[in-house]
Amino acid sequence: MEIKSYYNEILTDHNIHPGHKEDLVGATCVHEGINPSCGDDIVLQLKVEDGVITDGSFNGDGCAVSQASADIMLDLIVGQKVEEARRLADIFMRMIKGQATEEEIEELDEGAALRDISHMPARVKCAVLAWRTMDEMLEKNS
Amino acid sequence: MQNYKKDFPLLTELDIAYLDNAATTQRPVPVMEAEREFYEKYNANPLRGLYALGVKATEKYEESREVVRNFIHAASAREIVFTRNATESINLVAYTYGLANLKEGDEILITVEEHHSNMLPWQMVAKQTGATLVFLECDKDGLISEEMVCSAVNEHTKLAAMTHISNVLGRKNPVEALIREVHKVGGVVLVDAAQSAPHIPVDVRKLDADFMAFSGHKMYAPMGIGVLYGKEELLEEMPPFLTGGEMIEVVTRCGATYAELPHKFEAGTVNGGGAYALAAAIRFIKEIGQDTIEKREMELTKYAFEQMVRIPGIQIQGSAKAEEHYGIISFALDGVHPHDIASILDEDHVAIRAGHHCAQPLLAYLGVRSTARVSMAYYNTEEDIDRLIASLSTMRKKMGY
Repeated sequence: MEIKSYYNEILTDHNIHPGHKEDLVGATCVHEGINPSCGDDIVLQLKVEDGVITDGSFNGDGCAVSQASADIMLDLIVGQKVEEARRLADIFMRMIKGQATEEEIEELDEGAALRDISHMPARVKCAVLAWRTMDEMLEKNS
Repeated sequence: MQNYKKDFPLLTELDIAYLDNAATTQRPVPVMEAEREFYEKYNANPLRGLYALGVKATEKYEESREVVRNFIHAASAREIVFTRNATESINLVAYTYGLANLKEGDEILITVEEHHSNMLPWQMVAKQTGATLVFLECDKDGLISEEMVCSAVNEHTKLAAMTHISNVLGRKNPVEALIREVHKVGGVVLVDAAQSAPHIPVDVRKLDADFMAFSGHKMYAPMGIGVLYGKEELLEEMPPFLTGGEMIEVVTRCGATYAELPHKFEAGTVNGGGAYALAAAIRFIKEIGQDTIEKREMELTKYAFEQMVRIPGIQIQGSAKAEEHYGIISFALDGVHPHDIASILDEDHVAIRAGHHCAQPLLAYLGVRSTARVSMAYYNTEEDIDRLIASLSTMRKKMGY
């Protein structure tokens, strides 16, 4: 029953000192993501201009995994084109399912800190909440 | 100190402090052997065989019912209906007694502390019959006093349902007062004993309960066997719940007459092995001793409670007195989400529950979204609690605070 801890410093730091947990002035799209069974709840706000995500933030309430994952995601996708953000989301989802290559996982930078969540099926939905919310939002807006 | 874990293979084989007993307990050897024995020695379809083996299967099934009757001190085995679990037992009463007897202007009284399984069936009855669902509130510590009960019951109260011990707060509720008051106005009361029957002696006749529901799997029996107790005169008048095989006397093309109690409520092939193993679980409980179980669980509750209150950042839900917790301690830890608490404890091989505990209205009333919950059984040890305390004591640090 060896359990690999995913409560590493990257995760706890993003949870306690998030860089993007605030209201975004001038957001062009806002979307709420909820995990009803956990009570995780995030509101993702993005500013998309000419197909580029120029700024982003989130608000919400939930476990460290869901909150840190949202913050790490925003670090990665602000400044990226919409297509690139969705491509990263796809890699993240596949990483959590254990289906991404090492090269792909490297592209996720600090997002790789969440890779061991795949051993804990009950927490997978916490880790993917922000990514799923962003992907739904961008798909709707495209 | 006696080693109670030795009867439970899972607890001796796994390195785990299992503190989620309010969700389900572990199973001791005699219970698992009983289930096997039923299928090895007595297996035929109970209640219909016209051959010796079928008669034996029926005998064992009915003997099990008698063991349950004796356990809760019911007057007759006809008052014991086997179901899948407490949820099914409560639904049975809601769909039969509830739909047949309630109407607009009537009130169904439940408490804000109820598990969803003792809330949603009554919401359904209220919607379908036009009766009003009334909530008995508790105070912020989870207390429901006799006075609160008295002022909630009125001449419109036709049915009341209350959990004997709250699955979130571990607090014992004044079911005796509720039963007394509701009977004064001619109503009936269902007691949800899912969290009490495993831990304290329950006597349906002393309580004068009209209905009582509990699950086998929370009291060392297998999953999939539960009990509904109902007073014979009430069960007699109630329409059947599920219809089909094994619950009939005569069926014609356009109708049927139903079997006698309790078979009227046991449609289809029954869980013979489950019932037989539940009887084994009850015998097992009696052998350990219900007094011993209650005393041991209270010792463990106090041992855990007194250490938990000293950990900085921990807030315990419910009573500030350990002895009002009956083995269940729900808590929050500053800055650490309950799901993270459960995950970190899991890394330290301590198993607890985190979430809304199927009691969302209670948590909303208490102003929390979710809590972590430790729940004990008599087989837990001081070492189990020590592991919990050690992990909780360093948890905020681990989370970067």
